[in-house]
Order: sequence, then C-alpha cells, then structure tokens
Amino acid sequence: MQMKFMSILMLAGAIALSGCARNKDTLPPPPPQAAPPPPAAPVIDAPGTVPPPAEVGTTGIGSEQENFVAAAGTDTVLFDFDSYALDEEARQILGAQAGWLAQKPHVRVTIEGHADERGTREYNLALGERRANAAKNFLAAQGVDSARMSVISYGKEKPAVDGATEEAWARNRRAVSVLVSR
Amino acid sequence: MLTPIALTPIALARILLLLLLAAPAAAQLRVDITSGVDAPMPVAVAPFPTGVAVATPAGDTAALGRQVAAIISGNLKGTGLFRPIDAAAFPAPAMADVSRPGFQPFRTAGAQALVGGFVTANADGTLTIGCYLHDVFSEQELVRQGFTVTPAGWRRAAHKCSDLVYGRLTGESGYFDSRIVYVAESGPRTRRVKRLAVMDQDGANHRFLTSGQALVLMPRFSPVNETITYMSFANDRPRVWLYNIGTGQQQTVGDFSSMSFAPRFSPDGGTLLFSVTSGGNADIWSYDIGSRRQTRLTRANAIDTSPSFSPDGRRVVFESDRGGSQQLYVMNADGSGAQRISFGDGRAGSPVWSPRGDLIAFIRMVGGRFRVAVIRPDGTGERLLTDSWQDEGPSWSPNGRVILFSRTERNGRSTLMSIDLTGRAERRIPTPLEASDPAWGPLLP
Repeated sequence: MQMKFMSILMLAGAIALSGCARNKDTLPPPPPQAAPPPPAAPVIDAPGTVPPPAEVGTTGIGSEQENFVAAAGTDTVLFDFDSYALDEEARQILGAQAGWLAQKPHVRVTIEGHADERGTREYNLALGERRANAAKNFLAAQGVDSARMSVISYGKEKPAVDGATEEAWARNRRAVSVLVSR
Repeated sequence: MLTPIALTPIALARILLLLLLAAPAAAQLRVDITSGVDAPMPVAVAPFPTGVAVATPAGDTAALGRQVAAIISGNLKGTGLFRPIDAAAFPAPAMADVSRPGFQPFRTAGAQALVGGFVTANADGTLTIGCYLHDVFSEQELVRQGFTVTPAGWRRAAHKCSDLVYGRLTGESGYFDSRIVYVAESGPRTRRVKRLAVMDQDGANHRFLTSGQALVLMPRFSPVNETITYMSFANDRPRVWLYNIGTGQQQTVGDFSSMSFAPRFSPDGGTLLFSVTSGGNADIWSYDIGSRRQTRLTRANAIDTSPSFSPDGRRVVFESDRGGSQQLYVMNADGSGAQRISFGDGRAGSPVWSPRGDLIAFIRMVGGRFRVAVIRPDGTGERLLTDSWQDEGPSWSPNGRVILFSRTERNGRSTLMSIDLTGRAERRIPTPLEASDPAWGPLLP
C-alpha cells in the first residue's frame, strides 16, 4: 500500500513537472499539456441511423381478432407467479382458440408472452418467452400447424394494466394470441 | 507539562496538524474509500479566477471559473467522501493566489484540502483551465495539471480536475470524466415509449440516440470505443444491436432466428456475451465482433442470462434457474466449470463483475423487494447496499467504487441512482424523463 501510494505521489509530481513551469513564482503558469478535444457530437436520429419503425405491441387484424375472441372467449391465458405451466382454465381457452384456428387455415398467429413486474428485466424476457412457447406448444398439440405460429416475448415491458397489486400482477402474467395478416 | 486546550474546531485542527506532521509525508491527507468514512473530508473548492474576464461562446471566463468550481464541488460531494465548504466561508482567490494561496482563511474555514485553479482564454479561441490541489495544514501543493479545451468542452476540464483531486486524495482513479447510456422512458406504463439516451455522468450534455419508435432495452457501453450494444424490438425482431454513436452506424449482431438479449462487452471490447432463446430455453452465447463468429457457451435446460466477463476475460458470471430458482453462477469463459455462488434467501439476478475484479454487483430479490447487493466471486461476503421497492440493472463506475442502477418506486416511477460500496452515499442522477437500465461508460481519454 505504501509503495503504491509513493508511486502515485511520484507520478503526480511528474505530471506537475511536465505540465507546468518549474518556477512556481511566475504566475499564472503557462498552458500545461493540452487535453484532448471533446468528442465530436454524434449524429442523433439522422435518417438511416435508427432501426426502422417497428409495429410494437398488438399487431392484430381488427375484425378477425374480434371474431377470434368472440369464438374462443378470450385471446389471453394467465399464469401463476414465476410459472409457465398451463392450468385447466388456460388449457380450455387454448383448446377453444385451436378450434377456431382450425377453421381458418389462412390465419397466422403470434403468441406474445408477458411477465409481471416482479422479476428482473432479463429474466422476465426469458420467462415471457417460456409462457409464449407453452401456449404455442399446446396449440400445436391441438392440431394448429407450427408453421402458422410465432412467438415473441415482451417480458415486463408491456403490462396489460398498471399497478403494483396482486390483481394487476395476475393480469399481466399472460400469453396473448394475436392474429396477424402476413 | 501539557497545556490543556479547549476542543474547538481550530484546536482540533491543530492537533490534527501535529498528528499529520508526525506521520510520514505520504500518509498525509488520504481518504480511505475501501471502508468508507464516518466524516467526509472537509475541502474548500475556491472559485477559479480569470484575471480579466473574456467573453467566450460558453460564457465569460469569470462565470466559467465559478461554474467549474461548482461542478468540482458537486462531483466531490457526490462521492460521500468529501464535504465541500460553503464558498462564503473564505475569500475568492485572485490569479496570484492560485499557485501560492494564503492558507489561513481556509484553515479557519475548517478545510483540510484546497482545490483551486484558473480559467484563461487563449488567442486561438481555446480555454486553459488550471487545476491545483493543496494540503491546507502542510501548505504543500499536492498536484497540479492544466487542461486546454474548446469553450464547449469546459465541463470536461472540470471533470478532469475532479478526477485529478479524487485520484490524489484516494489513491484510486476517478470516474467523473465519463458518460452514462440509459433508457429514457415516457408515456403510461402500459404503452411506454423507450429511447436510448447518453449523457455525462452528472446528467449534463444529455442527448437522445433513438427516436422511440422501437422498444429498446439494456444498453451497455464498449469499454474501449464509441460503441453501444443494446437490445431492440425493431421490426418485431427482438435482438442485440451494435450502435456506433460517433458515426451513427448500426448493425444487428449474429444470425439467430429467435430472441437475443442482455448483451455485455468483454473487457477488451472485442467480444459480446448475450442470451439467445430457443423454445423457451435461454442460453449464453459469445460473439466475436471482428470475425462474427458465434459460440454457444451454456446448454442447460434453463434460463441462463445476464452474462458478464471478469476483468481478465477468463471467467463469466451469469444467472440461471437451472437449480430451480434464479441464482448466480461463475463459469470459465469457454462455458466450462459452472459453479453456483449465490445462496441464502430469495432469488439473485443481473450480476455484473466489477472492473477491479474483487466484487460482483447483482440484484437480491427477497420479500418482494429488489435490492442492489455485492458478493465476492467465490460467493462469500454478500452485502446489501440499497433498500427500496425495485432497484435493478446495476452497472459499475470505471473505477469499481460506485454502482449505478435504476430505482422503480411502488407507484411505477423510475429514476437513475448511484450508491457507493459502503452503501452510505446514495445519490439520484438527474434525467429529463423517467429512466432505467443505466450503464456507465469508460473514463474518457
């Protein structure tokens, strides 16, 4: 420790010597070593430097999504805390969704997985992915062609409802089946 | 026979002076930042005189001299190690006082160290900002350095001077001349707009880097250049990007059909580590930026994420739920030899290895709260540093002494905070909007 400190002291002395006049009585000291110029201002939000606009969030195709929800009861299944297991209610909902999708072979579906706020950002992205996959796998087992389905996780970034309550958290732990046109 | 003396501040100072004189010269005026300080060191930061004030694009040099002192004062105060004394307690120095100050007023004001300097305008339009540190008791000059900057760069000179003072008094490198990249948040929580933004470590020179059209998360600075890595949901394809903020160039990272996220740079800036999902599983991959070679490092049937290199690049800390709950693991850089290092109550996530190598900062989740904690790489010595509702996303200062993080209050409001390793100096970093995912960049050259 002492050695380290002494070397720091000596280094500091060296900087002072190289940076300033030796005669300390002459004031002010001449300009010492030049500091590097500040960084050039980067181009911000110039055309082409930002990822192209993204259709984030629900990309549903209006009336079809309404028909889907009407037929299946809901486009959303809920999960327990830190879980991606499908309970009996979720299975029934997904079964009804699969039944509707079987009659509409031209429709594609993206399953969005979400988490409540009670997990770290990174972990929740992975958890949302697990939930979306759990729903997708169940739909596939019910006969929906996997090629028609894709998954995306938003982690805790897009809660359905705001609030730090048990009820809000329960509604945010979800997988949403969103019909897409492409 | 000793003469009894009243324990006034001045008398105490005299005793301290005697003690200091008795000690070896190198032991004078030193702040121990490892164990922290019970009482911050009183320092005087005098306004920097200018002689004859000259107008510059950044304001006249007399005003700049006062602002430089104010910035240094704020930087030192924010460390929790120093207590800047009110400038009204001593006379403002003239140019002739800068390198040979009259110490008596500063002694009377209770200062142990004196930070001073000057601001002068040069014929070529640049400014020279001189920086001096004196020991008030020994009346010795401890260090001095000058910085020539463009008028627009005057704040950097104030930060460089702060780093000089901090370095001389603590024996550690400083962290004031550095930047922070983070995610600026606006709008309701159910339809949040998130933009990348960059600013100086004290919140100045704030700039947005993205428009907010795409959801962006988890930016991290390269330790060696002007590049940021982050995650973007552009085109509904959540993946890792590189963004050179000098040139504005952007590129996606790797060739993955699924989500990639949680990127971090290697200490030499040449490699990225991040997670890639596959059928609900998340594994850690490394990506060599030069050759674009991508290598899978973990194969557990689990969520493996938040990878962070040790400063020597030989090991990686990450989080995994392979043992049933989210915990910290350390493995070799090639993915072999993973060992769990976090135990105890609750879950542990978002680890990040200190640039000094001695500690790993992470988030301890227990009792519904998220708290910033540190632990040694061998799993011993866990300490909780913060206590709030949800503290998240830790990132180290360049010298490994301060941790930046985001704090979400129970009402959903989120801000940037920092905490020193003693857990005593907690500070809010001002941002124009709500903020999350801060990452500290390297000390600027």
